Amino acid sequence: MALPLALDVAVTHLLGRKRQTVVSVLGVALGVGFFIAVAALMQGFQTYFRQTIIDVSPHVIVSDEFREPPVQPVESAYRGGAVDLRGLRPEDERRGIRDSRAIIDAIDRIPGAEVAATLSGQVVLRFGGTDEAATLIGIEPDREARVTTLAQDIEAGSLERLETTANGILLGRQLADTLGATLGDSLIAVTPAGVTRRVTVEGIFHTGIETLDSNVAYTLLKRAQVMQDRINVVNQIRLRLDDPNRAPEVAQRTEARFGYKAESWQETNQNIFQIFTIQNAIMYSIVGAILVVAAFGIFNVISTVIFEKTRDIAILKSIGLTEGDIRRIFLIEGLIAGMIGALLGWAVGYGLTEVLASIRFDFSADPEENRFHLDYSLLHYAIGGGFACAAAGLAAWLPARRAAKLNPVEIVRGAA
Amino acid sequence: MAPVLEARDVVRVLPGEVPVTLVAGITLSIGAGEFVAITGPSGSGKSSLLYLLGLLDRPTEGAVLVEGRDTGDLSAAEMARLRLEKLGFVFQFHFLLPEFSALANVLIPMRKLGRFGDAEMRDRALALLGRLGLEDQAHKRPDQLSGGQRQRVAIARALANDPKVVLADEPTGNLDTKNAQIVFDIFSGLARDSGTTVVTVTHDEHLAAQATRRVHLVDGRLVDGAAG
Repeated sequence: MALPLALDVAVTHLLGRKRQTVVSVLGVALGVGFFIAVAALMQGFQTYFRQTIIDVSPHVIVSDEFREPPVQPVESAYRGGAVDLRGLRPEDERRGIRDSRAIIDAIDRIPGAEVAATLSGQVVLRFGGTDEAATLIGIEPDREARVTTLAQDIEAGSLERLETTANGILLGRQLADTLGATLGDSLIAVTPAGVTRRVTVEGIFHTGIETLDSNVAYTLLKRAQVMQDRINVVNQIRLRLDDPNRAPEVAQRTEARFGYKAESWQETNQNIFQIFTIQNAIMYSIVGAILVVAAFGIFNVISTVIFEKTRDIAILKSIGLTEGDIRRIFLIEGLIAGMIGALLGWAVGYGLTEVLASIRFDFSADPEENRFHLDYSLLHYAIGGGFACAAAGLAAWLPARRAAKLNPVEIVRGAA
Repeated sequence: MAPVLEARDVVRVLPGEVPVTLVAGITLSIGAGEFVAITGPSGSGKSSLLYLLGLLDRPTEGAVLVEGRDTGDLSAAEMARLRLEKLGFVFQFHFLLPEFSALANVLIPMRKLGRFGDAEMRDRALALLGRLGLEDQAHKRPDQLSGGQRQRVAIARALANDPKVVLADEPTGNLDTKNAQIVFDIFSGLARDSGTTVVTVTHDEHLAAQATRRVHLVDGRLVDGAAG
């Protein structure tokens, strides 16, 4: 007689409707299971994606742009609208970041920050009969290595060889494949400035980010400046921070101080993160819908039990059980179904996640890209279980309230 | 000494488009150890009066007193507590919980009351079943018992918490003559030997004659037996 009375009666009711109970419990289990698996998949993908961005790209990019068009001197001279200015032609400024040395020195003093300056511009690479437009980025190899993962991403050749060879260039793997070029090949590079140079492939890199691998070539900063005919000009300053989460703050400070647009990685990838938010909302809606359906199952079982057990309810009330006692009995029934469903759902979720983890694709040579990235988070189990119990409790509460209000006299009269 | 159960000018009207008067002003006082039979034609308000006396229903007017205490201002939960401690019900149909054994059914009121330990509750329940000649049936489920046995289990359950009053609504309506007599013998014994008040509704004149007092109702009014 270890069970309390309400629990004893509740368990008896559920055992009396085994099949229906099992079905509704399975409904909850599937809802929770799918939630856990899908959450692991999506969270895992998002975390992997985020981590890749954090690893590969700079955390803050200061570029030679301004968020607001610069105020022309004549506009500030005649502010207030007394004179209407028309046909104003802004001064044709040379593009690039002025005082880039001062900015780099200032950032170098921020603790936990690494900084590298680059000049990027367009180039056409020609090898054999193939022409490919690419972005040619001039870098300082030692600084670049500290700001991006370029050094680790080199598959063939090396970053240092840029400095030791005249006219060395690094190609993204897909770009190299498109051109048909391999290590040591000699290419012709043509810039919009009209400079044509012969360059040698000193390295091939693979970041895993398609736009980089198919579109970017690196060379020494000095060489890029000569090729673009922009001596001493830098158009991007890139930062890497020990703590990537500080990026927005550092970007804001840099921008406030120097005026140039400084974009954090969060801002650069804002669109993607917004998509993640939408993805998560869709996931929670779908799983919510599954659990609502499951909750209807529980609602159904408990309503049926109450309908069948009106006489029992009348007896229990005549014996002296209160409305609260009756409500508790049916609430417990719902919670039992919810909890068993949640426990089973955890097992289903774990199983599904394992299945997902074992799946391999044939997308690329990189094994990291040929599998799902899963995030095994206990939080997902807690959310799934909590949601299931809450849904089950609510589904039970509604009929339980009705059961508690049943008038024993009416039932006894009806039966007699 | 205050009467165990008392009704003072009790009226019960079922509300509706055409209100139905079930009990039309009854004053009744029942003392300890009395065995009262409420009789009357169908629709005379016998059962309605019993439910009012048993705190299952509330009067539209008037008052019901249990051991001298007015129950009019009690909450639903307080009424339930009073039923649990002082009253026991037996209905026409046995009304046992079908999945529970005879023993488990008898244990329900004690478990709710929570006054005794597990072992003591079990001993008391078995003793009660024994007193009603059911010692061998304790572990059977209601569907394995005969109609008479089920009604005796129901009586045992009504007696589980040593109630002051047992209220029975046509307890023999579904039984053969022999079993009906057994039930009435039990009631007589309860009133005589343990001082438990028994109030039963019946339309069986022969059985009603065995009660120590008869209350006759017609159209929701007492026509006989108001005095104790």
